[in-house]
Amino acid sequence: MVLLAVFAYYPLYGWVYAFFDYTPPIPLSQSEFVGFKWFHSLVENQVKIDQLMQVIWNTFGISGLGILFSWLPMIFAIFLTEIKAVRFRKFIQTVTTLPNFISWVLVYSLAFSMFSSEGMVNGFLHMTGLSDKPVLFLQSSDHVWLTMWFWATWKTLGWSAILYIAAIMGIDESLYEAAHVDGATRMQVIRHVVLPSMMPTYFVLLMLQIASFLNNGLEQYFVFQNAFNKDTIQVLDLYVYNLAMGGGSYSVSVAISMLKSLISVVLLFSVNGLSKMLRGEGIV
Amino acid sequence: MSDNQTSLTPNTREIDITKKTVKMQVSATDKIISTIIYILFSLFAFICVYPFYSIIINTISANDLSAKGEIIFWPKGIHFQNYVDVFKIPGLGNAFVISLGRTVIGTLLTVGASAFLGFMFAQEDMWGKKFWYRFTIITMFFNAGIIPWYLTMRTLHLTDNFLAYILPSVVAPFFIILVKTFVEATPKELQQAASIDGAGIFTIFYKVILPISKPILATVAIFSAVNQWNAFQDTLLLVTDSKLYSLQFILYNYINQASSLSTMVNLQNAGSTAMATLATKQTSTSIRMTVTIIVVAPILLVYPIFQRFFVKGIIIGAVKG
Repeated sequence: MVLLAVFAYYPLYGWVYAFFDYTPPIPLSQSEFVGFKWFHSLVENQVKIDQLMQVIWNTFGISGLGILFSWLPMIFAIFLTEIKAVRFRKFIQTVTTLPNFISWVLVYSLAFSMFSSEGMVNGFLHMTGLSDKPVLFLQSSDHVWLTMWFWATWKTLGWSAILYIAAIMGIDESLYEAAHVDGATRMQVIRHVVLPSMMPTYFVLLMLQIASFLNNGLEQYFVFQNAFNKDTIQVLDLYVYNLAMGGGSYSVSVAISMLKSLISVVLLFSVNGLSKMLRGEGIV
Repeated sequence: MSDNQTSLTPNTREIDITKKTVKMQVSATDKIISTIIYILFSLFAFICVYPFYSIIINTISANDLSAKGEIIFWPKGIHFQNYVDVFKIPGLGNAFVISLGRTVIGTLLTVGASAFLGFMFAQEDMWGKKFWYRFTIITMFFNAGIIPWYLTMRTLHLTDNFLAYILPSVVAPFFIILVKTFVEATPKELQQAASIDGAGIFTIFYKVILPISKPILATVAIFSAVNQWNAFQDTLLLVTDSKLYSLQFILYNYINQASSLSTMVNLQNAGSTAMATLATKQTSTSIRMTVTIIVVAPILLVYPIFQRFFVKGIIIGAVKG
């Protein structure tokens, strides 16, 4: 409990930095109290507004893609359980959950080996004569949202499907039997029996995903960022990191962190309320 | 909860499925759908495995071919010089010890804490249970952000400190929920009987709960070990002392600056042995890939053994959430 208080709650105290003119190594007690100056500074001129808007736009874009395709693990699970060959099914499941267990650094390393200008994909394209100039998959600022979405999906799809597989296993046997008595085809069984049973699980996960809309996390975008894709890859978490660690503007980045956390909590409680209203039970 | 729900492929269900197939009419569309399913899943499985496979064959292939990206399906010019050379790079052995150390110590402490707290939260009469439980769970959804967290760690003198790898992750709400759900599903009579025999709360925990909780604790241990092994962000934020670098961090650095390293390794080799041939001469690609394999190897090795295990574990946790 003490550990929890120290590592999860004490950092909240760090929010005071947002209200001071703090430059390390001068201690906080000697820094000047500046009130909401840093919050104002976020929107004081057009350049900064543009920059912040771009970051927010990226955050929305990448999170939005994730939510747009949030049904993928469910479909994955449904069709996986449709496979009759047990060995094949187990093999697929084992193999597709593997990427979930490696770090983003390793994912980046794999991506680099495959897609860098001297990587295998370019080597293959060169060998087969499909392209004589290396394709810059990683250094391009186009499609960054899509590639980021692709890597995230590659890493987590099989793993996320496990929850749905558990839910499918829990479906009442008699529902299937009733469907067969009525002469339902396989797709009809999926549509009328399996899919409706999945919906509660899906909605809970969707709401959680919406609640953490602003929290893309740092690691993935940090390892994939480079001078070429910086503009379109900077999500809020990465922006905050770059501001503080790259630029030393602690106070500003704490201010952004703080706004972000507050908005996240509001989002969490909103979807929780929405969930209570629609389904009669909350998620928290 | 019955055992059937927790197992992914319970035997009873398999028999049922085969029966159903016999009963069901196999129409032409069904066949087409099946084929499409098989093709799509095979394709996705290939995409998941191929990157690992290709890196492995590249590290054992002739480095000059590999650098040109010519090793696609089969290794060519097999040699193991890359591994010999990479282990000579100073700092790598140290990083290996750091990564291993944080994984072992961190995992032990996390499992211990999760077991005890999970057990406590499963007790009906715990003092202030509701409050403490909420206190714990809320941290899953809400945090101050990385910079305040970083500043806190600095205030606590946990930067450039090995403890920074261990302490923050000891109390993990998600693992506590897993254990709590598991303990709640065990028969209450076990604990009551022990308590009538005069066992205190610690004796019950130690003598009754720990032995029966082995499956869930193993799950927690695997997750926690994987997390520790994979952790990268804490090194990035908190550590400037190269003695404390973890393997992940070293790998990240190598990806971005491997060319100078390859020159260094080649110089070293030129002094001690005869001139390295083109095929075994280190390139930035070969170093990067070899280190990648070293970092990913422990996971690839334990993964097939434990996969079934943690799939069960996550489902136990998911049933109640």
